[in-house]
Amino acid sequence: MSTVSTRAPARADGPAGTRPPARRRRARRREQRWPAYVFLTPWMLGAAVLTLVPMAVSLYLSFTDYNLFDPPRWVGLRNYQEMLTEDPRFWRSVGTTLLYVVIAVPLKLLLALGAAMLLKNLGRGRAFYRSAFYAPSLLGASMTIALVWRALFNDGGSVVDILGSVGIDTGGWVGSPDLAVYVIVLLTVWQFGAPMVIFLAGLQQISPELYEAAALDGAGRWRQFVSVTVPMLSPVVFFNLVLEMIQSFQVFTPAFAVSGGEGGPADSTLFYTLYLYERGFTASHMGYAAAMAWLLLVVIGIITLILFRTSRSWVFYADEEGR
Amino acid sequence: MNLTTRRWIPHTIAVVGLLVLLYPLAWLLATSLKPADEVVTSLDLWPSHLEWSNYTTALDGVSGVPVTRLLWNTVLIAGGAVVGNVVSCSLAAYAFARLRFRMSKVMFAFMVATLMLPHHVVLIPQYIIFNQLGMVDTYWPLILPKFLATEAFFVFLIVQFMRGLPRELEESARIDGCGAFRTYWSVTLPLSRPALITTAIFTFIWTWNDFFTQMIYLFAPEKFTITLALRSFVDQSSTSAYGPMFAMSVISVLPIVLFFFVFQRYLVQGMATSGLKG
Repeated sequence: MSTVSTRAPARADGPAGTRPPARRRRARRREQRWPAYVFLTPWMLGAAVLTLVPMAVSLYLSFTDYNLFDPPRWVGLRNYQEMLTEDPRFWRSVGTTLLYVVIAVPLKLLLALGAAMLLKNLGRGRAFYRSAFYAPSLLGASMTIALVWRALFNDGGSVVDILGSVGIDTGGWVGSPDLAVYVIVLLTVWQFGAPMVIFLAGLQQISPELYEAAALDGAGRWRQFVSVTVPMLSPVVFFNLVLEMIQSFQVFTPAFAVSGGEGGPADSTLFYTLYLYERGFTASHMGYAAAMAWLLLVVIGIITLILFRTSRSWVFYADEEGR
Repeated sequence: MNLTTRRWIPHTIAVVGLLVLLYPLAWLLATSLKPADEVVTSLDLWPSHLEWSNYTTALDGVSGVPVTRLLWNTVLIAGGAVVGNVVSCSLAAYAFARLRFRMSKVMFAFMVATLMLPHHVVLIPQYIIFNQLGMVDTYWPLILPKFLATEAFFVFLIVQFMRGLPRELEESARIDGCGAFRTYWSVTLPLSRPALITTAIFTFIWTWNDFFTQMIYLFAPEKFTITLALRSFVDQSSTSAYGPMFAMSVISVLPIVLFFFVFQRYLVQGMATSGLKG
């Protein structure tokens, strides 16, 4: 793959000065179009074979009764009907997941932005704190950490005992239908380091010249934050918001490990994907699971669309200035 | 507020935050070194003596497969995933961020749409495909998709970063006669290094920590990753084996920490400004 192959071959016999410019223009046009598709070849292959076709297949499966072994049997809208009107556990899982997303995502992002601002101006020790704050995000999605949190928040676990020793008697969180979901919320918030690193990268990408110019114009710290930091950082905020929201809807491993795979107690940690897994893989109702997956896709799609629509009014790209 | 207080408040917040944040990790490390009878009964973080036998038990691995083999398996998968994602995602991202082509808006919209695609939507059909290809119980289903830029997170991340880069450098490269490939390779890619390294680090960690996909595709114990082995270790042992269990947990997360300490300095390099000045 090189640019040479996309250029017109040089001809020695052409009258110099007349033909080359036309040829070069043609070559330039070709050069513009072909490389784009060459750059995109791996992505297009993946999009077709591993995304579009499987999506269509699973949409088809959502209208069938399918157990992985026998051929799928067409049942029309039966799966969707059962899901929306006859299945209280489905609605329970929707409620739990929404509660989790609405609490965990804003908390995590606020903490991440706060920590990034704190570290940016910390001076000495910044690199150390950045690494240390980031460490939980490295480990948080692992089975290991889910097992640790299960042990810490279980009856007799260290965090429960420490809270008890300062007079906050909560009992074991893992076994409490009211508190179990917050074990997973706290596990998520604990991982604020990943968006923090992205925020910090964004902050450090802002040209010091902008701050110098603002300071020369008499802007104080707060004014600099509002007029320089916020607009320059808005693409990063947007990126983090979309990323975290989508990830949160699909949280699986922590809920699986903390509840021992069952979503308990009393279905209080029955996250949407956990219930999908249970119906699909444990109970072998792949058609129903496919229908749940498609509904999740539609809901996430709508929320993301709303975010993208509103982003036009608050996200600022440097290279679009003056367009 | 005088200057000294202003300097000390952020440092105090940072220290307190750090202690709270690292407590679970300290607990993990301490528990991995505790004798069996102290794990549940003692609130004290420090073990009465260091029970190194927890680690020798853990090193034996699971189902006769030693931990070193399990770690090597995981390195193979994570390494393949990193190379695949960095190459394929940066290629696609450059096209989306900088090149003009027919249907670019439709394709970009589709790419963003796959960003929010729940993995469960494509899981079963993908399994059927890999099964047809005879790739189940090999590492191909875990690595091959990365070479096809299926993780839109990273395409999107690099597109966002490249869009923030100044166009002047690329334009001057064009004027100097560089084609799209040369501009990509010599100008845009070096400037995008922070985004590429972020991609590499996240890919490595996510692959290393992945449980669900590995569980679906891998069956032979000698092909297991460290996470799969940890899971079967937990299933096989009772709570009295807390020590060895968390010793194995420590071993399983150690490579992630090492990987991060090697590469973390690249994470937050601000390239936009230095690129313009240079």
